[in-house]
Amino acid sequence: MAYSTVGVIFSNIHDENIPELSKHRTMASIPVVGRYRLIDFALSNMVNSGITTVGIVTKNNYQSLIDHLGSGKDWDLARKDGGIILLPPYSNETDVPYTTRLEALMGITGFLTHRKEDYVVISDCDGMARMDFADIVRAHVDNKADITMVYHEEESVESSYYITLTPDGTGRIKELKINPNVNGKGKFNLYVNVMVMRREYLIDTIQSAVQRGFSSFGRDILTKNVDTIRIFGYKFNGYYAGINSLKKYFKHSMEVLDRKTRDELFGARDIYTKVRDSAPSKYLDGAIVKNSLISDGCTIEGTVENCILFRGVKIGKGSVVRNSILMQDSVVENNVDLNCVITDKNVVIRDRRRLAGCEELPYFIAKGRML
Amino acid sequence: MQRKKECIAMLLAGGQGSRLYALTNKIAKPAVAFGAKYRIIDFPLSNCINSGIDTVGVLTQYEPLELNEYIGNGQPWDLDRTYGGVHILSPYQAKKKSSWFEGTANAIYQNMSFMKKYNPQYVLILSGDHIYKMDYAAMLQAHIETGADCTIAAIEVPLKEASRFGILNTNADGSIYEFEEKPKQPKSNLASMGIYIFTAEKLFKYLEADEQDPDSEKDFGKNILPNMLNAGEKMFSYRFTGYWKDVGTISSLWEANMDLLGEEPDFDVGNPDWKIHSRSPLAPPEFIGDTAKIGNSMIALGCEIEGTVEHSVLSSNVVVEEGAVVKDSVLMAGTVVKKGAVVSYAIVDENVVIEENARVGDEVGGSIAVLGRNITIGAGCKVEGGKILDKDYKGE
Repeated sequence: MAYSTVGVIFSNIHDENIPELSKHRTMASIPVVGRYRLIDFALSNMVNSGITTVGIVTKNNYQSLIDHLGSGKDWDLARKDGGIILLPPYSNETDVPYTTRLEALMGITGFLTHRKEDYVVISDCDGMARMDFADIVRAHVDNKADITMVYHEEESVESSYYITLTPDGTGRIKELKINPNVNGKGKFNLYVNVMVMRREYLIDTIQSAVQRGFSSFGRDILTKNVDTIRIFGYKFNGYYAGINSLKKYFKHSMEVLDRKTRDELFGARDIYTKVRDSAPSKYLDGAIVKNSLISDGCTIEGTVENCILFRGVKIGKGSVVRNSILMQDSVVENNVDLNCVITDKNVVIRDRRRLAGCEELPYFIAKGRML
Repeated sequence: MQRKKECIAMLLAGGQGSRLYALTNKIAKPAVAFGAKYRIIDFPLSNCINSGIDTVGVLTQYEPLELNEYIGNGQPWDLDRTYGGVHILSPYQAKKKSSWFEGTANAIYQNMSFMKKYNPQYVLILSGDHIYKMDYAAMLQAHIETGADCTIAAIEVPLKEASRFGILNTNADGSIYEFEEKPKQPKSNLASMGIYIFTAEKLFKYLEADEQDPDSEKDFGKNILPNMLNAGEKMFSYRFTGYWKDVGTISSLWEANMDLLGEEPDFDVGNPDWKIHSRSPLAPPEFIGDTAKIGNSMIALGCEIEGTVEHSVLSSNVVVEEGAVVKDSVLMAGTVVKKGAVVSYAIVDENVVIEENARVGDEVGGSIAVLGRNITIGAGCKVEGGKILDKDYKGE
C-alpha cells in the first residue's frame, strides 16, 4: 500500500456482548458463516489492503485463537519481517491484566515503538465486512486528520459499549457520544471500531494519557477533545454486520443466505481462514437441502432448510433442521426436529429430540453438550 | 556425522496422460482434478506424509506449470521442511549433456545427486496416476523384514485385465521368481502397482548399469526389475488389498469419482485417520438454494446450486442454475451450468460455461462426454456422449 501501515487487532474487546459464544473463547475466535472466525474478516481486510504486520492483542481465553491462527500462513502472514505478532497481556506479579482499551494500548507501546510503519489501523473483531483499509488510510492522509474513525449507518445497536459520531460537511466529527439512547429513533452513525492514526501520534497519545492517569480511550481522549483534535469520520457504505448480541449473531448469519450479502462479503473469494483439509460434503439419498450454506466435511441424509452448517456436521435420516446454525462437528441423529437452534461445537442431539427457539431468542446449546 | 534420511520418495509425475485427451492438453496428468477438491497427486503426497516420509522428489516434464504451482513449497502436505520436504525435479541442462527424461529409470538416474544428498537407506518409487490410500511405512517394514533388495507393491486384478499390467509370479513366501511386463498370456493375476521400494545402493547400482546399456529402454518394468531378477537379487512382492485405481483413461477417471459417492463408498476420502491433504480453494461454504434438488452427490466449497444435481461430483465454485440438471457427471472448479441445460455422463474441466438449454452427454449412460477447460458450449447446442471437445462449440 502507498502508505506503510501496521495493523492492530483487539481480540477480546466486546466479549461481554455474547457471553454464550465467548465464554470459552475470544470474540475474535467466534465461529461464523460455516468455516470462518470473526477475526478472519479483520485479518483478511488487512492482508488485502497490503498490510503485512498485524499485532493481535489478547487478554484471556485465547487458546482457540492461537489454534486458529497457527503461524499465520493461511493469511500469508507467516513472515520473517512482521506477519502475525501475538500480544498477550504483559504484567508483573502485582498487576492485573488490562481492563480498558487504553490500558491495553499502554501494554503494546513496545510493539508500536519498534515498528517502522507510518500509520496504524486498529480494528476490533465484532463485525463482518469487506473493507478496504488502504482507502481509509488514504482518506485519513487527505483529510490531514489526527484520528479517522469508520462508521456505518445503523438503526439499532445492542452492544453494552458503543460510540456514535456526528460529522460536519467536511467529514470532521463535531460530536462523539458514548452509549447514547439511539434505538428506535431512526438512523444514526455507529462507530464500527476501526480507527486510523499515525503510529507516532498514537504513541504520543498513549504516553500523555499515562502521565495524566487516564483510563478510557473513548471517555478521556475522544469525547473530551473532539474540538481540539482533528477526528474525521469515514463512512463505510458496504455491508456491515455488527455482531453485538446472540440475536444479532443469528440475524446477520441468516443474512448471508441472501445472495447479495454473500456477494458483498465473499464474491471476490478473498476472505482467508484456517484450512482444515476436510473432505467435500456428501449429500446422500434422502437429503433435502434448501436455502442453506454447507461447509466441507458434512454428511446430510435429512432435511436442511435456511441453515448454516459448519465443517463436519452430520444430519441423520428423517431429521428436519430449519432456521438453525450448527457449528463444527455437531451431530444431529435420526428423526430430530430443530427450529431456530444454535449449537456450539461438538454438540450431539440424539434420536427424536425436538428443540425450538425463535428468531428473537434462538435456542443455544453450549459446546460439547449431548441432548 | 552426515545427516541422512531412512527413506525418501521419488514421484514420477512427468507423464502426459494422453488417454485423458482434452483434460491433459495443458496440464500433466497428476495435476488433473479428482473428487471435488483433490488432484491426483494429492494421493501419493498424502500417503507419503501419512507414512512418515517427509522427503519427496517430484519429477516433472510434460506441461509442468500448473503442477509446479499447485505443489508450491509443499505446505498443504506439511512438506515444507528445512531438511527434506517436497522438491520439483525437472530436466536440466548439464555441463556435458542435456536431455529430457527418457523412460522412468532414466528420469530417476538423472536425479541421482538429489537422492544421494539425503544419503537414504531406501528409496520409494511412486507414480502420479493412481487413486489409493496406502501405508508405505508398513511396506518399508516388510522390505526390511524380508531383507529384500527390491519390494514391489502388488494387487490382484481380474485375470482378463492382467495383460495390461506388469505381472508378478511369486513363491509362497512372496518372493518373486518371474516378472512379465504386459504378458499376452498372464500366468497370474498379481499386478505390479508401480510402487517400488529399493535398498538405495542396489537401486543406484542398477540405474548406473542400465544407463550404460545402449539397447535399454531405460524403464523400470522393462529393464531395471528384470535385470535385478536375472542377477539373482532378492525381490519380494507386497500384497495390497485396499482400493487402488489407475485413472489414466476417461472412463476410469469417471468411475473413480463415482466410487466416492454413497453411504458406504468404495473409496472413502472422508476418513480422518488417513487424511488426504490438498491445496484448498479460497471459498465460502457452498450455497444450496430454494429450487435445488440434490441426491447422492459430493459438492465442494463455493458452489452455488439452484438446479438439480444427482449422482455427481462437483469441485469448488461450480454454479448450477435453476432448472439446470447435472446427472452422473464430474464438474471441475468454476464451471457454470446455465438455466435449462442438462449435463449427464460427462466430465467437464475447469471454467467451462454451458449456456442455457445446452445438452451435454448421453442421458442413459454409455460413453462419457468430455469438455476441456475454459470453453463455452453455446445455448441450445448438443454435445453427444463420447464426444471430446477442447474448443468453444456453437453447434454444427
